[in-house]
This record gives sequence, C-alpha cells and structure tokens, in this order.
Amino acid sequence: MSSPDQEKSVHSNRETPEEEHVGRRTWLTSAVSAMGLTAAGLIVPSLLPAAEQHHSDPTRVPGRIPSPYGTRAPGETAQRLTTATHSLTPHQVLHGIITPSALHFECHHNGVPTIDPDQHRLLIHGLVERPLTFSMNEMMRFPSVTRTLFIECSGNSGKEWSGPTGKTVQETHGLMSTSEWTGVPLATVLAEAGIRSETAWVLAEGSDAAAMTRSLPLKDVIKDVLLCYAQNGERLRPEQGHPLRLVIPGWEGNACIKWLRRLKLGTAPFMTREETSRYTDLMPDGTARQFTFVMEAKSVITSPSGGQRIEPGFVEIRGLAWSGRGKIATVEVSTDGGGSWKPAQLQVPILPMCHTRFRFGWWWKGDDVLLQSRCADETGYVQPTRAALVAARGAHSSYHYNAIQTWKIARDGQVTNVHI
Amino acid sequence: MYTYNAALAVVSMTLFGGGVGFAEESASYGFGRPATVVEVQAWDIDIGPTGSGLPPGRGTVPQGAITYAGKCASCHGATGIEGLQTQLIGGQGSLATDHPVKTIGSFWPYATTLYDYIRRAMPWNAPQSLTPDEVYAVVAWLLHQNGIIPADMIIDAQTLPAVKIPNRGGFVSDPRPDVPSR
Repeated sequence: MSSPDQEKSVHSNRETPEEEHVGRRTWLTSAVSAMGLTAAGLIVPSLLPAAEQHHSDPTRVPGRIPSPYGTRAPGETAQRLTTATHSLTPHQVLHGIITPSALHFECHHNGVPTIDPDQHRLLIHGLVERPLTFSMNEMMRFPSVTRTLFIECSGNSGKEWSGPTGKTVQETHGLMSTSEWTGVPLATVLAEAGIRSETAWVLAEGSDAAAMTRSLPLKDVIKDVLLCYAQNGERLRPEQGHPLRLVIPGWEGNACIKWLRRLKLGTAPFMTREETSRYTDLMPDGTARQFTFVMEAKSVITSPSGGQRIEPGFVEIRGLAWSGRGKIATVEVSTDGGGSWKPAQLQVPILPMCHTRFRFGWWWKGDDVLLQSRCADETGYVQPTRAALVAARGAHSSYHYNAIQTWKIARDGQVTNVHI
Repeated sequence: MYTYNAALAVVSMTLFGGGVGFAEESASYGFGRPATVVEVQAWDIDIGPTGSGLPPGRGTVPQGAITYAGKCASCHGATGIEGLQTQLIGGQGSLATDHPVKTIGSFWPYATTLYDYIRRAMPWNAPQSLTPDEVYAVVAWLLHQNGIIPADMIIDAQTLPAVKIPNRGGFVSDPRPDVPSR
C-alpha cells in the first residue's frame, strides 16, 4: 500500500541531502568534542576507498549528540490540514491511539490566545460559599488524575451530512484526537469554593478572544470532569487550551472549554450563543435539539482510506472506534458494503471514552470492494448506517454525524469516499 | 453546605479509581484565595435569559444602524444578509425546509443572548471594545431588521429581556439514542 505521504517518507529516508550535509560538516567537531574519540579513531574513515567515503551508512558515521528537546524523524511529514478556524488530524498515517500533541486537531472560536501561565487565574463564583481565585501553581497542587480520552468536535464528519465530501479520512474524521490528560477533578476544586445547594448549572468561560462559554449541568460534570493542565506528559499546547482547560469524558469538544478562566455556578443554563444558535442540532420538523453533549459510538477505517492506493495481496485493515458512553464492545468489518460482517481484533487495553484501535487481516484479490467498519459500545448501542441516521434526523443537523463510513476500493486499488 | 461539599470531595476521591491517595483525609486543601468584588466584576460579563447582568445604558435602532455600518457590515454585509460571515437577518419560516437559514430572526431563542455574545466576542477584530450603548443599539437594529421590534423602540436592561423572538419555543432536549439498531 502506498499513499503520497508514505512515498515521500520512503524517499526521504533513503537520501536526505540536508541531513547528510550537516552530518559531514559537523562530523569532526562532534566526534572530538562530544564523542571523545581518539585521533586513531578519526583516521579510520580516510582509510576507506574513495567511493565509500561518501556513503550514508549510519554505522560508519558518529551520530548526533543528545538534544534538549526532540524533533521528529527525517521524512516524517504528517501534518494537520488547516483552515482559518480549525485543523484536522492526519489519521491515515498515525498508529495506535495517542495523537501526537503537535497533530491534535484544533477548533478555535477566535484564534489561539497568548497566555502567561504565571499570570493566569481561575475564578470560581456565583452560587458558591466562597468566591475563590486560583493560580496555576495552586491548581497543580491539588490531588491529580490522569486519563486517556478522546476529544471529538461535534462537527467531526459534519460535511458528510450532505453527501460524500471529504476525500481523505483526515477530511472526514480529522476533528478528533486522543491524548493522555492530567489535571484535577472539577469536583475537588468546586468543593473548595463550596457549592450552594440550589446550583444546577455551571458556566465555563475561556480566556480567548471569543470568551468562549458553555453551560454545563452540574449533576453530570461533577462526576468525572477534569480541569487539565497537561497533555501527553507535558503542559498543554497553546492550541489545546494552555494553561488550563476542561476535559469532559465523551462529550463534544466545544464543551471542553479551553484557556479556562472562569466558572460561574447558577440555577439554570445561561443560554449562550454557543448553546443556542450554534451547537444545536436542527431536525426536519424545524425544532432543534439542545445540550446534545454526548458523542455517540463511531468507528472509521483509517487505512486503507480515501486517497490511498492498495496493492493486491495481504492488507491489514486498521481503524479507530470510540464511544462517549463508555467502552467499545465490538468492531466488525465488511468488505461488501454491509452485506456481511466479520469481527475485527481490538487492541487492549480498551478504555472508556477513548479511541480503541482495531485491526482486520485481509487479502485483497484486486476486485471492487466497499469497505466498512461498524462498532457497538458497552451499552449495546450500534453505530448506525447513513440511511438510518438520515431517516432519524434529516440532513441538516450539522453535528453528531456518526454513521458507518464507506471506502470504495476500485480495481486499480484507488480508495475513495462513497455513500451507499 | 459543609456536608454537601464533604460528600463531593469523597465522590472525587472515589470516582477516579483510587488515583488519589491520602495521608490524612481532608475536605479542603486551603488552596485559592478569596476573589475580590473588583475581580469578579471585571470578568462577570455573562447575560442570562432573565436579563441578569445587563449594564446601564440604552440604544436605538437609528444609532444601531450607524454602529452596524461602521463595525459589523464588513463581515456580515450591509443588510446582514449578504456578508461573508454568518447571516444575521431573514430566514423566517425556513427551518423545516430543505434549505434552512439559521439567523437571529429565524433561529435564536433569546434576545438577551445577543447582548451577551456581541459584547463578549464582537467585532471579530476587537472583541469587548463596544460601549454598552453601542451594544444595545446594534441589538436594537438587528432585532428591528428581523421584524421583531418597531423602529422607535429603545433597548435597555428593562426592555431587552421582555423581547420575545419567534423561535423561543423551538428547542427540545436531547432524546438520543434515537436511531434504531441494525
């Protein structure tokens, strides 16, 4: 199988002129000062035949010295696909379930703010016994929790409501990523301020140029929501809400307010623009569903996927499955457009509200194929077909599209996005 | 209150699978310092559906037309319909059709949200730069252009919460799961 990225990768690994140039130029310096080699050791390369002095055999040249902060490998070219308001994760070239922090999808409501973490404060007020303000140092002193969780934008795959639009899985499913998140339970911090008994909703507000706000029901967010300051072992990336963000297991990304500066407790939803005219789901009868927080079970084959091309023979079908309601129970794969299904292998550990990697070994004989995956979660919920989803909700609800994705493989091996 | 808080702290201790270990159990860590009235007022900018939080000030439709033309029209269009960014005017009656147009007039459920959002997030290139009078005036113009208030109405902290926009009853709670299995 090959994709444009992979072809580039193979080419670059074989011969990277820049790397080779740097290697030669700095060879003597690094060998003497860092590797501490003797003069006798330095003579060895010059004893080689002339033709072999220009080789790129890494066993014949001392490598680079350690660096304070790493960079990715030469030829590793995966990138987010960016627009003015969001960027998409390149799932077609990723492995496992953790999204590299630098490739985690973004969706902003007026850009990424620049925040000094030493100046940042979280204010908790409204229906509390003691309005309090916390520094980041104080937030990090609370008992901490680490969880590996997906975050999915409610608009992930949203363009597919109107027909097969995305050419690649990055375009169709790139508004989701998984990270290991570390922070303090919201319940712990709210208890510090003292929740008054009439509280039913919490307004969360960001410190960005949209002062992004969502109202969240207290009874739900008190259970397992985290105020996070770290992602994949280091402090949050600026575009992921540095220095502090909400992470709400299984809920739509926009509710996981980034650059969090304020929590206000109240008796009723605050009816912000984001939860009235924006992130609500329009139904065919003209009503709109409001506070549709949970991301329902969904899966997608990431390889082979749109834009790639496969060769006849063995193909490992790889994909991701996830559910906002808990753990993934099963993933099935169909090679005949949903006519028949076979179970895929799930990579353990299977974590709740987290991406689960699935695999399915397959031999492609060079015929026309309609490739699909279908998941079920531990509640018994089964990922719907596109037809069933549109029958229930029409085609104008914009958000929460979780239908089965179909990739068509043509006889030349080319993979495209189709709706059947 | 203490009982409720202590219970929450216990919830937070137990929910995370024993991830929090305690040498001595405590319902309070003593972190954070009391927020001052000034600190709260500086950030407490949300406007609820009852009008809570609306500041003193007032705006008229003609004043709003001037502010809109100067600070909003470049993105939203001279009439609020033809701009590159979100359409603000029109669309009434379209929500149940094949071409729904979601605007303030056709879709937004609360007039107070207009004040909240315009004040916090607009104009795009200079959020939170409008004065209360400018925000009230733009809100008045937008409501009038959508056929919701008369041209001579004054919008302020008393009148705005009383404005009923057409789609107030258009929202329902989440009924999912709603798609039959297989």
